[in-house]
Amino acid sequence: MPAGAVIMEPGNSAERFTGDWRTFKPVINQDKCTRCLRCWVFCPEPAISIVDRQYTSSSGRAWKNSVEINYDYCKGCGICVEECEPKAIDFIEEVK
Amino acid sequence: METIAKSIWKRLPLSSNYAVAYAARDSDVDEIAAYPITPQTTVVEKLSEFIANGELLAEMVHVESEHSAMSASIGASAAGARAFTATSSQGLELMHELLHIASGMRLPIVMSVAARALSAPLSIWGDYSDVMNTRDTSWITIIASSAQEVYDSIVQAYRIAESVMLPVMVAYDGFMMSHTYEPVFVSEKAGLFRDYIPRKGRVVLDTKKPVTMGAVANPDWYYETKYQQVKAMSDAYGLSVEADQTFSKLYGRGYGLVEEYNVDNSELVILTYGGIFGTVKQAVDEMREQGIPVGAARVRLFRPFPLNELRSLLLKSKAVAVLDRSFSNGLPVSGPLAVELKSMMNSYNINVPVYSYIVGLGQRTVTEADISKIASQALSSKVSNESIYWGVRE
Ligand code: SF4
Ligand code: SF4
Repeated sequence: MPAGAVIMEPGNSAERFTGDWRTFKPVINQDKCTRCLRCWVFCPEPAISIVDRQYTSSSGRAWKNSVEINYDYCKGCGICVEECEPKAIDFIEEVK
Repeated sequence: METIAKSIWKRLPLSSNYAVAYAARDSDVDEIAAYPITPQTTVVEKLSEFIANGELLAEMVHVESEHSAMSASIGASAAGARAFTATSSQGLELMHELLHIASGMRLPIVMSVAARALSAPLSIWGDYSDVMNTRDTSWITIIASSAQEVYDSIVQAYRIAESVMLPVMVAYDGFMMSHTYEPVFVSEKAGLFRDYIPRKGRVVLDTKKPVTMGAVANPDWYYETKYQQVKAMSDAYGLSVEADQTFSKLYGRGYGLVEEYNVDNSELVILTYGGIFGTVKQAVDEMREQGIPVGAARVRLFRPFPLNELRSLLLKSKAVAVLDRSFSNGLPVSGPLAVELKSMMNSYNINVPVYSYIVGLGQRTVTEADISKIASQALSSKVSNESIYWGVRE
């Protein structure tokens, strides 16, 4: 064990899952989401990724990408929910 | 010693503050961050002078407070610099949370403290309230009693700090030592201490080999990290002995961890720390001339507590009067050294009467006559079990 709690391996915070103490879970409604990326900008973890997944909305809009939440790291702070203009993120109580 | 003195030393009249500055120069420090506070100020003034005239190649970081001074020292030390800072009193208090961070991050910072009373009421004068408030910060603490010892202790401090990876503070009396001049041998040639305090490799902040320092530790690791510090402090004991003995062998001056004076065949030992020891020794001489069997001792290493030296002292002591220039309010025995001595004696089943005296707060004068009166009171054994606030007007 290194003295003074020095972490010798850089970037190992990814090994630390911060998503296990969430009480509310943000869920993106892909149909309502306008891909504005405000949530991606504001998420402090960051637990929001822009992924290569095509999506065609009910109104026929074809998106090349989707915005998704990585629940291993999302701590349920609700900032994304607050920041999402079209109210595309539901905040649902975790039931475990 | 004479030959050593002639070849490598220059004898100068120095205050303890200047002795600190010369010692930091001769320890080849890389970074100095300090904020001026009475009575420490002339330490950094002198160091600025050394940097300005090219005698010392170091970065002087001008900070806006002692909190920043210690923060800058932590950063510099983490980046691999040999860091030095100096402070007093309120400045040391303002650093307090960072003292824990420096020791917790295991950084070998050395700091000098011109010990001074704490406000309120405001007092710029000397006592040890500031130093004693840092007892739980995991800093190795040396308390010197002469300007020469201040100089030598700063150099020794780097050897100890860089071996055990804990910070060290070297304290001495504000004003009584920081501003009075004594003859001091300082190094005549550059690099005299190069082998005594060699540059060692250690884990540092380096973009080529990145590490994280000062990160969070959850309940599953915090405890173990703190216990490593406990081990390090216990290692610091042996290393402090080694640093002093090696210094003595190489340079002809050593101090031990507890200095004794006329302890043999005494009925009472007066135990203290810092510059007041000079007055105590003088008083002992006077009492001995009158046939009063009194001896004296002083604790030079306060953290880690010098158990072995104190045990051997206590074996020779029939009674001990402890003079503290600080107090921990709310305890029946409130002198910090007295409290710790009693706790140690309890652990080792040593039974010698210990009398606790509080003296010299806020630089209240303590003369040889005071010491003699304290000694005769203690010898009469008609002493309270609680601390005696010597000479206070109620
Ligand atoms: S709830 Fe907080 S942590 Fe989770 S995705 Fe939204 S902003 Fe990020
Ligand atoms: S803030 Fe809302 S609309 Fe914008 S990308 Fe995130 S979920 Fe979609």
